Amino acid sequence: MTPVFDIRGLTKTYAMGETVVRALRGVDLRVEAGELIVLLGPSGSGKSTFLNIVGGLDVPSEGQVIFEGRDLSSLSEDELTFYRRNHVGFVFQAYNLVPSLTAKENVDLVTEITPNPLSSVEALSLVGLGERINHFPAQLSGGEQQRVAIARAIAKRPAVLLCDEPTGALDHTTGIVVLEAIADVNMRFQTTTMIITHNAAIAAMADRVLHFADGRIAREEKNASRALASEVTW
Amino acid sequence: MVSWRLRTLDRKLMRDLWRLKFQALAIALVMACGISTYIMSMGTLHSLTETRDIYYDRYRFADVFAALKRAPLSVAERIADVPGVMTVYPRVVFGATLDMPGLDEPATARIISVPDMGEPPLNVVHLRRGRMLEPRETDAVLVGEAFAEKHNLNPGDRVTMVINGHKRTPMIAGIVLTPEYVFSIAPGGLMPDDKRFGVFWMSRQALEAAVNMDGAFNDLSLKLTHTAQVKNVLDAVDLELAPYGGLVAYERADQLSNWFLSGELDQLKVMATVSPAIFLSVAAFLLHIVLVRLIATEREQIGTLKALGYGNRAIALHYLKFIAVIALLGALMGAVAGYILGKNLTGLYASFYRFPMLTYEIVPRVFIEGALFCIIAGFSGTLVPVVRASRLPPAVAMRPAAPPSFRQTLVERLGLERWFSQPARIILRHLERRPVRFAFSVAGVGMALAIYVGSSFVVDALDYLLEVQYDITDRQDALVTFVETRGSRALEEVRGLPGVMRAEPGRMVAARLKAGPREERTSITGILPGGELQRVIDDKLRAVTPPESGLVLGRKLAELLEVRAGDPVEVEVLEDRRPKATLLVTAIVEGFIGARAFMDINALHRLMYEGPNVSAVAVSLDAREAAGFFAQLKESPLVASVLRTEAARKNFDETMGENMRTMTLFHIFFAGLIAFGVVYNTVRVAFSERSRELASLRVIGLTRGEVGYILLGEIGVVVLLALPIGCAGGYGVAAALSAALDTELYRIPTIVAPMTYAHAILVVVTATLISSWTVWRNIRHLDLVSVLKTRD
Repeated sequence: MTPVFDIRGLTKTYAMGETVVRALRGVDLRVEAGELIVLLGPSGSGKSTFLNIVGGLDVPSEGQVIFEGRDLSSLSEDELTFYRRNHVGFVFQAYNLVPSLTAKENVDLVTEITPNPLSSVEALSLVGLGERINHFPAQLSGGEQQRVAIARAIAKRPAVLLCDEPTGALDHTTGIVVLEAIADVNMRFQTTTMIITHNAAIAAMADRVLHFADGRIAREEKNASRALASEVTW
Repeated sequence: MVSWRLRTLDRKLMRDLWRLKFQALAIALVMACGISTYIMSMGTLHSLTETRDIYYDRYRFADVFAALKRAPLSVAERIADVPGVMTVYPRVVFGATLDMPGLDEPATARIISVPDMGEPPLNVVHLRRGRMLEPRETDAVLVGEAFAEKHNLNPGDRVTMVINGHKRTPMIAGIVLTPEYVFSIAPGGLMPDDKRFGVFWMSRQALEAAVNMDGAFNDLSLKLTHTAQVKNVLDAVDLELAPYGGLVAYERADQLSNWFLSGELDQLKVMATVSPAIFLSVAAFLLHIVLVRLIATEREQIGTLKALGYGNRAIALHYLKFIAVIALLGALMGAVAGYILGKNLTGLYASFYRFPMLTYEIVPRVFIEGALFCIIAGFSGTLVPVVRASRLPPAVAMRPAAPPSFRQTLVERLGLERWFSQPARIILRHLERRPVRFAFSVAGVGMALAIYVGSSFVVDALDYLLEVQYDITDRQDALVTFVETRGSRALEEVRGLPGVMRAEPGRMVAARLKAGPREERTSITGILPGGELQRVIDDKLRAVTPPESGLVLGRKLAELLEVRAGDPVEVEVLEDRRPKATLLVTAIVEGFIGARAFMDINALHRLMYEGPNVSAVAVSLDAREAAGFFAQLKESPLVASVLRTEAARKNFDETMGENMRTMTLFHIFFAGLIAFGVVYNTVRVAFSERSRELASLRVIGLTRGEVGYILLGEIGVVVLLALPIGCAGGYGVAAALSAALDTELYRIPTIVAPMTYAHAILVVVTATLISSWTVWRNIRHLDLVSVLKTRD
C-alpha cells in the first residue's frame, strides 16, 4: 500500500534575531491512509512545526514531504494553497472561527471553495450542531465552537485532518465530545488524522503515538487496539 | 465565478463595514468633499467653456481690438488688406453719463454703434426681450441686460443720457447680451457694478451725428483667418492707427471681459486639482490607519483562511473590496453633492457672467474620473498593508503578533521625566513608537487648519486691499473724469460745486513703456506734490512724493518690465502729440490694483508739452451736500464718468460679502470634516489597539477619567502640535494663492487676520472635542471582564 505521507529527513530552522532555532532536525515518517496518529511532546519539541509543514502552512528547510506522490516542498505558494484547500482539514486549539460569521457561514467558507464538499448543514449535523447553525461564535460555548471548527475541517472531505491541541482549551466533558467527533470522522471517512496534544491520555485513541523531543521523533508506539474517545479520562 | 466563491467572505466584509460604520462614513465623507469639489469645478468648467466657445463663435466675437481717437473709414479698408485679417468692423464707441432715478451720481454708459441696416459683422448682440433697432431708427437704443435688470428697465422705457454734451432721452427698444461684455466691468472698476455702469447700442447714424463721427470710426474689431500671425497683424494695425490717435491694438486674450472669464476658468482648474488632492490624500491616510488596524485584529483570521485554502489573491481582494466599498460610497456621495454644488455654482456664475444660456451640464467622464480617483486614493493608501497581509505565511499569521516594543522617550532620555506623570509618559511613549502615524495625524489635523486659513484669507486680504486703496492711496470721495482733457479752469469749476471741501487736479495719459525687449501698455498718472487725495505709497504704507523728474513705477509694472530704481525706461505717450522720452525710474511704489506708473504732475505736463491741464478732478465732499454736488454733475455736458468711492466700496462689500459668506460655510464644513475624520479615526484606532491595556488599567484601579486622559491625551498632543503647524501651513497656502492670483489687473496681498487663525482653531478644536466625546462614551462602557478574556 502506498502511504499518504512519505516524509524523509524533514528539517526546519528559523532565524530568531541573531540565533538560529532548529525546530526539526531530520524527521522520517510514513503515514498510512486512515491512520489516527497522536503526537506527544513538550513545548518546543517541534510538533506544531511538523504539523504545519505536513499541512502545507509552512515549508521545510530541508527534506521531503511526499503526499500522494508529490513533494510538498517543491510546490509553489499557489499549489500549496490548493493542497490545503482540497486535501487538508485543520482544527486549532483556539478554534479560529471568523467571529463575524455564523456557524454555518464559517463552514460555508470551505464548502464554497472546494470541489464536492459535504453541505454545511450536513457537516454541522455530523458534529451534533444541526440545531445551532445560525449562531455566531460569541453565542456558542468553547466545545461548540471547536465542533464548528471540526465541521469546517471535514466539510471538504479532506484526505488529512490535522488537529493542534483540539481540546487544550476545553474541560473534560466537552473535550470528550470533541474527541468523539474527530474519531467519528476518522472512522467514517477513513480520514488520515494527526492530533497534537499535551494530554498523554488521548494517546489511547491512536493507532500510533509519536513522541517528539528536541526536533526529532524520539519514540514511536503502536497501540494494539484503539480506545473509544468516551473511554479516555484525564 | 469569483464573486460566487467569495460569497461568505463578502458577508464578513459587510459585517466588518457595519461594525466600523462611523469610521468608514467619516472617511467616505472626506473623500466625498474632494470628489464633490472635483465634480463641481470640472462640471462648471466644462459648462462654462462649452457655452463660451459656442457663444463666441455664433455671435462672431472679434479676435483683435483697437481703440483710437478718430480715423476716416478708408483707414479701416486699408487694414482689411493686412494679411491674416478676414473681417474688419469699424465702430463708433463713446462714453456718456446717465441720469438714473434713485442714483445720486450720474451712471456711466458705453455707447456702441450698430449698422443702420442688418446685423453687425462682428460682436453680434443677442436679443433677450423687446426688439432689435429698425433700419435707421435714431431715437432708440438697445441696453445690456445687467444694467436693465438693476434699474428695472423694460422695452418702451426711456433713459436720460448726456452724450458729448447733449442731453438725449432715447427709448429702449430691446434688452440684449453681447460676447464683449459677458463680464461687464467699468474701466477702472474692481468689481462689476451694474447699477453704475451700463452698455448701450445705438444706430451708427444717430451716434455719429451725436459725436461728430461722420464717415469716421474710433474703435476697431477684427476677425482673423486661422493662419493669421497675430503679432504681425497687431503691429500692422498699430502702424496704421498711430497717426489717428491709436492706442495699442490687443488680442482677445487681453479683452477685459474675456480676460476675467479666462481667469475664472483657470481658477476652476486649480480648484479641481488642489482641493481633491488634499481631501483624497487625507482620506488615503485615514484608510491606511483603519486598515492596518483591521488587519492587525484579523491577523489570526487571515491565517485561518489561508489554512482553509484561501490564497493570497483572495485575501488581498477581500481587503481591497473593503476599501473599494468605502471609496465608492465616498464617490457616490461626492457625485451627488458635486452635482448639486455644480448646479448652484453655475447659477452663481450666470449672475456674474452673462450668457444667452448657461446650464450645468452633466459630463459622465467627470463622474467616472471622480470614482476612479477615490479608488486610486483608497488603494494607494492601503495597497502596501494589504499586500503584506496577503503574503503573511499562514503559520506566522496564526501566531499572535509579537508584543509592541517600547523604549524610553526622548523626554526620558533627556532626563526630563520627573516633569511628566506616569500617564503622560505612557502617552509620549505611544506617540514615539509610531512616529510616522503620529506625523501623519499631525499633518492631517494641520491640513484642516491650513484649508480653513488658506481659503478664508481672501476676505482678510481684500479688507486690507480696500483699506490701502481707499483710505491711504485713493482718498477722494469722488473722481470726476472729463470727456476731453481740459484746462485748469475745469478744476476751479469743480471747486465751485456744492459740498466740495477739497479738489485736486488729476491727469492720466495712456502710454507704452519699454525696457529692453519688454513692453507694457499702461497709464501714467500725475501726482500732485503734497496732494492729499491721490497718493502713492511705499511698502511701509508711507506716502511718497514723486521727484520733479523721472518715473515712479508700481511694483507689478516694475516686475513686468524687469526694471529697478535707477534703470531707464522708454516712454511713448499714446495721446495728443504722442511725445516720446527716456525717463529714469526713481522709485518703486506699492499698490494692489493695476500695473501703473506715476509722475510728478508738473513733470507730466512738461512731457506732454501742455499747461496745467486736467483729465479728471479728485474731490473730497461734505457728506451733507453730496447730493447737490452729484445732481449738478448729472447735468454737466463735459463729464465722462463719476467714480464714487463709497459706492464702489459698498458694491465690493456686497458682491464679495455674499459669496464669501457662502464660501466660509463651506470652508468650516470642509475643515471641520477633515479634522473630525482624522481625530475620530485616530482615536478609534488607538482605542481598539489599547482597549485591553486600558481595561487592565481600570482593573488595577485607575478611574475612567485617568484612562480617558491616557487615550485622549494622545490626540490632545497631536492637535496641540498641529495648531501652529497648520496655521503656518495655512499662511503658506495663502501665499501660494496670492502668487497664483497675482495678475496685471490686481494683486491679492498675503494678509491673514488673527481672527481667521482663531476661527480655524475653533473649528478644529470643536471637531476634536466632538470626536473625542464619542470615544469617551466607549471608555465609559469598557467591559473589563470580556476585554481581559479575549486576546485582542
